[in-house]
Formats: sequence, structure tokens, C-alpha cells
Amino acid sequence: MRKLLATLTGLAVIAAAGGWILSAPKPLPQDAMAGLAGDAERGATVFWAGGCAACHAAPGAEGEARLVLAGGYRMESPFGAFVAPNISPSPQGIAGWSDLDLANALTRGVSPSGRHYYPALPYGTYARMTLQDVADLKAFMDTLPPSDVASKPHEVGFPFNIRRALGLWKLLFLNDDWVRPADTPELERGRYLVEALGHCAECHTPRNALGALDTTRWLQGAPNPSGKGKIPAINAANLSWSAEDIAYYLESGFTPDYDSAGGEMAQVVKNMAHLTPEDRAAIAAYIKAVP
Amino acid sequence: MKTKMTVIAGLALAALAGTAVIADSHADKAALAAVKARQATMDLYAFNLGQLGAMAKGEVEYNADAAAAAAGNLAKLTSMNQMAAWKPGTDNATLGDVTHALPAVWESGSTVGEKAQALAEASAALEAAAGGGLDSLRGAMGPVGKACGACHELYRAKSN
Repeated sequence: MRKLLATLTGLAVIAAAGGWILSAPKPLPQDAMAGLAGDAERGATVFWAGGCAACHAAPGAEGEARLVLAGGYRMESPFGAFVAPNISPSPQGIAGWSDLDLANALTRGVSPSGRHYYPALPYGTYARMTLQDVADLKAFMDTLPPSDVASKPHEVGFPFNIRRALGLWKLLFLNDDWVRPADTPELERGRYLVEALGHCAECHTPRNALGALDTTRWLQGAPNPSGKGKIPAINAANLSWSAEDIAYYLESGFTPDYDSAGGEMAQVVKNMAHLTPEDRAAIAAYIKAVP
Repeated sequence: MKTKMTVIAGLALAALAGTAVIADSHADKAALAAVKARQATMDLYAFNLGQLGAMAKGEVEYNADAAAAAAGNLAKLTSMNQMAAWKPGTDNATLGDVTHALPAVWESGSTVGEKAQALAEASAALEAAAGGGLDSLRGAMGPVGKACGACHELYRAKSN
């Protein structure tokens, strides 16, 4: 009996140690960004396509104020409320971050001090970003005005407040595989804009019980994580809009009935309006190719 | 016996439905008329924007006269005094699903007035631009779309 107990205890220790090792944050290699010089102008495109301002600008900010990334947006979810932090180039934000720090945050969900971020930061999408785009984005973000607003803590209860456990979540769900095929340059660009930057799927695709995207129901609509209403399906089978309709919606906010975008999509349109017509057309082409 | 039960259940349901109808008729008719008026105005915005959007998207050929006419209509519509159609007590918390207007429209700190002003200004700029060629029209549509969205983002309940 004592021997059995000892064996069980030993196994438990091994399992715990294994879990600890498996759940460790996995940052990029130290030299991952070597030789990559950031271009702020190209970074602006990455910034708008990535939709950073939608969460990181102060709620209610309009126009130029959307470039002050003071944070404060509350994202409600079944796991608690996540509050977007200050990511402006100030001591309260990301002043002093290296390109590698930003690359680890966006593509690995790992902070400069080596902790896991919650996937409220959509690194499940950004994992597919090129590191050149990260460098360009960082160069652009460094040009933005600083804000000295302090970041607020997330309101997430037990057990979801154990960040280490996110390592196991990442092990299961974080990868940089493409979801959809793309066989033309336009579809490839559209796929990059949607699957690597725009993170359309983060809202428009349903999630499993652990909060990971169900890629077998890609863009087929989902319950609103705030608990109210439903986020519409935008795959070709469910959305009757033409590619021109989609591109024009992203440019102007007008639906084919000349209603206008509201809620979170009004924010998305504000970002997408900064892209080139070609990029918006590429997104539309990609959307139309999702069955 | 079973038939009788079904009939009784049916009557009970009908009675319930009847109650609902009677309750509805007690709703403030003036409030519902206000909602109807502002929704009709929105429909007219959309109809005129549709004429312009079809040209901007390339679905129909650009026509300077038609564009100027539609943009002129929109400018007039958005500069109407609509205070009576937006009377207090006509929010979706009070009236239910007949309107998507959130109570925030009427709460202190509401920016609805500024947003309406911004829409009127963007529409006036569109009126000036619409007859001046397709690119001129396209460029002036953007600010109008932004003005629509700015209000809907804050003050309209999600429809789905």
C-alpha cells in the first residue's frame, strides 16, 4: 500500500513537472528579427489591417485620437472581462520594447518578461504574420503619440487567472497553418489580410468549449461573446453580398441596402477604410471563396 | 377527449394573444408614430444613398445630374429638424423591438446632436461634390458613411 502511494505520488510529480514544462512560454529565437529593418509607412498598413486601434485606442476616440493607443476597451467573454492595455510608446505602454518583444507578443503570445498573454490579444491570428510586418508595425507604432494612462488589470476569475495554463491551450490550438487554400495572388493577399492580420475569424467563427476557433466552421457566424445576440456568418454560403458589395462595405460602411455598419463593425470599417482598394478587393475575394 | 383538450389549449392561446394585442393598443400611439417617422427618414436616406452608391461601386454608369439630385435630396433630409421624431421615451428599453434606438440617445452626455450635425455637414459636402465627376462623388461618400456609422456604433442596438 505504501509502495503504491509512493508510486502514485511519484507519477503525480512527474505529471506536474511535465505539465509545467509543456506549459512554458515559447518565445522566438533571440536572433529572429536580425537583419529586419522596419518601414513605418508599410507598418501603417499593417496597423490598420491588423485592427490594433479597435481595442487599443481609448473607447470613443475619433479621428487622430485613434492613434493614441491608451487602451481601456473592455472585451467581455465567458472567461471574464479583458481590458486592452496601453500600447503607446510611453513608459506606461511599450516604450523600450524591441522588435523581438513585439514579435513575441504578436506571434507567440509571450510578454517581454516571459509570461503568457491571454488570447484576447488575437495572437492565434497574428501567429501567421511575417516578421517583416512585425518590424514595420513596430516602426510605425514608435511614431505614434505617447499616452501616460495606466493599463487596467483584466477581470478574470479562477481558474482562468492561472496564466501558466495558457501554455497548454497554446500547445493544443496555436499554430501558423493557413486555414483556407489560396491559388491566386489576390486570394493569397486576401488570405493574409484575413487570416494573419484582420482577425475576422476571431468574432465570425464559433469557438469550442476551451475558447479556440472551430476551423471546420470557418466564418460561419458565432454567438456574441458579450452574451447578447449573434455575430453573422460571412462565408459565401451564408452571405449573399457580391465581392463589390463587401469591398464597398469595408470602404464606406454601407451595406448593399445602404444601412450602415454599427457596433464593433463600425470600428472595423474605420480601420479598413485606410487600406488600398486592391487590399479591400482581396479581402472580398477571399471571403467569397470561403464555402 | 384529446380533441377537447386541444380546443381548450387553443382557446387559451388565443386569449393570451388577444391580451397582447389589447396591451399593444394601449402603447403610446404618438411614440410609435415618432418611431415610424424617423425610420421612414432613414429609409429615404438609404434610397438616395443607394442611387449614389450604385454609381460609386460601378453598378450603374455615373450620371452627374442624377448624382446631384440624389445628393441634394440627402442634404435636405439630413438638415431637417427631427426633434419631434426623436422625442424622449421612444427608446428600445421603453418600446421594445419596434425600435433599435438605445436609451443612451437621450441620456446626459449624449453626443447625438453633434453626430446629426456631422451627418448634415458631410451630406452638404456630398451635394457639392456629387455632380463633379465619379472620383469626386466617391471621395465625398466616405465621410457620409463615417457619419452614419459614428452614430450607429454608439446609439443603435444590434439587430442580430
